[in-house]
Amino acid sequence: MMEKMIFGRYIPGESFVHRLDPRSKLIFVFAFILVVFLANNIVTYALLLAFTLLVILMSRIRLYFLINGLKPIIILLVFTFFIHILFTREGDILLDLGFLKVYEEGLRQGIFISVRFLVLVFMTSILTLTTSPISITDGIEVLLNPLKKIKLPVHELALMMSIALRFIPTLMDETDKIMKAQMARGSDLSAGPLKERIKAVVPLLVPLFVSAFKRAEDLATAMEVRGYRGGEGRTRYRQLKWDWRDTLCLVVFVIMTALLVFYRN
Amino acid sequence: MDIKLQQVSYAYSKGTPFEKYALFNVDLTIPHGTYQAIIGHTGSGKSTILQHFNGLLKPSEGQVHIGERVIVAGKKAKELKPVRQKVGIVFQFPEHQLFEETVLKDIMFGPMNFGVSEQVAEARARELIKLVGLPEDILNKSPFDLSGGQMRRVAIAGVLAMDPEVIVLDEPTAGLDPRGQKEIMDMFYNLHKERGLTTILVTHSMEDAARYADQIAIMHEGRCVLNGTPHEIFSDSDTLEKYRLELPHIVRFQRKIEQLMKKPLSKICLTEEELAAEVAHALREGRDAK
Repeated sequence: MMEKMIFGRYIPGESFVHRLDPRSKLIFVFAFILVVFLANNIVTYALLLAFTLLVILMSRIRLYFLINGLKPIIILLVFTFFIHILFTREGDILLDLGFLKVYEEGLRQGIFISVRFLVLVFMTSILTLTTSPISITDGIEVLLNPLKKIKLPVHELALMMSIALRFIPTLMDETDKIMKAQMARGSDLSAGPLKERIKAVVPLLVPLFVSAFKRAEDLATAMEVRGYRGGEGRTRYRQLKWDWRDTLCLVVFVIMTALLVFYRN
Repeated sequence: MDIKLQQVSYAYSKGTPFEKYALFNVDLTIPHGTYQAIIGHTGSGKSTILQHFNGLLKPSEGQVHIGERVIVAGKKAKELKPVRQKVGIVFQFPEHQLFEETVLKDIMFGPMNFGVSEQVAEARARELIKLVGLPEDILNKSPFDLSGGQMRRVAIAGVLAMDPEVIVLDEPTAGLDPRGQKEIMDMFYNLHKERGLTTILVTHSMEDAARYADQIAIMHEGRCVLNGTPHEIFSDSDTLEKYRLELPHIVRFQRKIEQLMKKPLSKICLTEEELAAEVAHALREGRDAK
């Protein structure tokens, strides 16, 4: 059931995108999210779309796999597209079916919003698909380091994040196991009326919570036993390395932003 | 109820970059009333195969016969509930599936899902709690107040309460103390004998397989490479070694005795009693010959 979801999943690889430093990727994606809102006409949206496709190609992740994994989001996207088509009433009428009128502006808005959405989702998915969770947290920790000056517990935040990420697959496995055990005892999560289905969630959630709390306790003990005392004076095993690829990546980004500013209305 | 696997292959995450085959063309027939052990190393496909026995996993290729029901790869299988009632699975660490407020309610959960009335379910729970070796007053306690070993027994009672014809055990004694292990295994064996259950034991304990099973299947890297009686399986130590499996302690002990006596015994012995009798017999023969 969950195996098709690719949200937050990491596919190891050796592509150009995979080998970028997490810091440059993070800066790039966050800046990209902001810059997307600069686009406001066909040229600029086409530019964004072309650029995103280029990044997908360079990441060597199969487009089919990406689209398949993001299916639930694509449904949402189609939905927003139709909302725009139906409710924007500006410009010339393109299609008149009597009960339904499609306006030029509606179509334009629909397409633009969909492209914007698509580009954002693809770009952020590429980030998580090509960067292991551990290097994402490392990157965030280093990027947020200056905020230590204003007493933000950066190390603790990063640790929390990496623990949370670390336990997602574990909890998924656990959910799967408990679900199967209860299914073997005749509980049915996928059929029957809604009320029954909601009831069937209890036998799943209770054991899951119990084991999650137990895990948390064990982990805390294990960390304490090994003398964990927080981030002060801690050295790193994984060193981040900034090289020409990362600089190139940011240069390309600046060029793209300049083009966007130049071509927008 | 016979269980038959025909040319079963199974791939996890089929159609994604994570696709991974865990079973390849497995053929295995488990006739009604057999005590079948399935042994193999971790990652050999043992746990995957057992989930085919009640339709929790559907084969990617091939077909699975469970009594009258046939589950064929690529076809939707509807209404698996009757199958699941007949085939009870005790998963590894079954205590993780407990969730109710009281032990009684938890044991009743399975049977009531299959439409058994409350009275009958409660009667079964009262009977089973004694069978698994726990006092009856434990029924009103919360399962989360029990010790690990007690929780395990409650969970096992919860599966037995469904009154299955086939019982599948996945390492049922992992993490228990030796006495608890023997008690639980003996209990399953008695049930097997008394009620004529088909029992499928997935384990990597050669000792348990040797002691209890009628048939032993060996899994290796997703294939079922051998299937035979314990005597057949354990007389061929070279083949076992090929699959990185050890002989049971008792057979290794027999080999040592044979070295000391400088002659082989007439057969492979799988229990202490059998070996003692066989050694006594050989010694008597030796004396008679003089």
